[in-house]
Amino acid sequence: MTSGIELPELPRDADGPVFAEPWQAQAFAMAVLLHERGLFTWPEWAEALAAELAVETEAAPADHGTAYYRSWLTALERLCITRGVATSGGLARLAMAWQAAAEATPHGRPIVLPPEAQSAAKQ
Amino acid sequence: MTTPQAAAHNHGHDHDHGSSLSPIEARVRALETILTEKGYVDPAALDRLIETYETRIGPRNGARVVARAWHDPDYRKRLLADATAAIAELGFTGRQGEHMVAVANTAEVHNLVVCTLCSCYPWPVLGLPPVWYKSAPYRSRAVLDPRSILAEFGLILPPGKAIRVWDSTAEIRYLVLPERPAGTEGWSEERLAPLVTRDSMIGTGLALDPADAP
Repeated sequence: MTSGIELPELPRDADGPVFAEPWQAQAFAMAVLLHERGLFTWPEWAEALAAELAVETEAAPADHGTAYYRSWLTALERLCITRGVATSGGLARLAMAWQAAAEATPHGRPIVLPPEAQSAAKQ
Repeated sequence: MTTPQAAAHNHGHDHDHGSSLSPIEARVRALETILTEKGYVDPAALDRLIETYETRIGPRNGARVVARAWHDPDYRKRLLADATAAIAELGFTGRQGEHMVAVANTAEVHNLVVCTLCSCYPWPVLGLPPVWYKSAPYRSRAVLDPRSILAEFGLILPPGKAIRVWDSTAEIRYLVLPERPAGTEGWSEERLAPLVTRDSMIGTGLALDPADAP
C-alpha cells in the first residue's frame, strides 16, 4: 500500500489480505487502482470505509469477512458517486443488466454484458 | 504413454439453465463496467493486481488439505473417497455446491486438471484461476498433448509415467494430491503446507523440494 495509514481491520494473515470469494478481490483491487489514479487519498478512503463498517458491524457482527467487503464495496460506490464518476441510478441499472445477462447465459459460460448496456455505462 | 481420460467431455457443460450472479457480484460488475467505460480502470491492470493477491485467496486452503493428507493416512483415505466431505472438514465449502474429487499422483501416474470448455476451477481450495488456466491454448493442448504443456511449465516426467487429464465441469472440480517430497519424514502439517504450491494442485508442477521451502 502506498500510504502508511492502516485500514481498519483488513481481513488478513501473515502474508497479506485474505478473500473468501472472487468479488471481494475485485472490489479490493478497484479501490487500490482508483487510489493510485488519485480519485481519493488513502485517508479519505479509510474514513469512508470506517463509516460503512460502523453501520455494517452493527447489522451483522458475526459475519466479518463478507460484511467487511460488503462495506468496502458500499464505500467505494459512494466515493465514486460523490466524485461524479457514477450515479446511483446508473449503478443500479447496470447491476440489473448484469443479472439479466447472467440469467441468459448457460451455466459455465462467461457472462457478457450486451453492447447497449455497456455503452449506457459511458453516460 | 499418455492416457487422456477426457475424450468425451460433454458432461456437465450442456446445461439448459442460466447462470446467476448474487446481488453483490452484480454490483461489483456494475461498478467495474462504469469505471472501465470511463477509463478509470484498465481491466488488464485490475487482473494483474488481483493476480498479485490471488495467491492469498485460496491456494493456502488447498495446501492445508494436501498437507493433512500427507500427514494423516486416515484423512488421505477420506479425501480420496469423498473429497467434498473431507475438504469440508477443514471448513472449505463451495458456494455453488460443486462436487470435489481428489486425484492422487503416484510413482506411476501424474494427474493434470483442465477445463476444456470454460474455466471451471475449485476456487474454495485454490482461489481464482491463474490467467493461463483460462487461456485457449492451455484448455485445448492439455488434453491433446499434456506432455508438451508440462514441459513448458518446466516439468519433465519420466517417459514411463502415465499422464491422466481430468476435465473439470460446472459440477465436478478436481484437486491433484501431489506426491509427498522425499526428505520430509516426521514433518508436521504446518511444516509440510508451504511445500504445496498452487501449480502442484493443478498438476502443472510438483510439490517443492524441502531444500526450496520458503
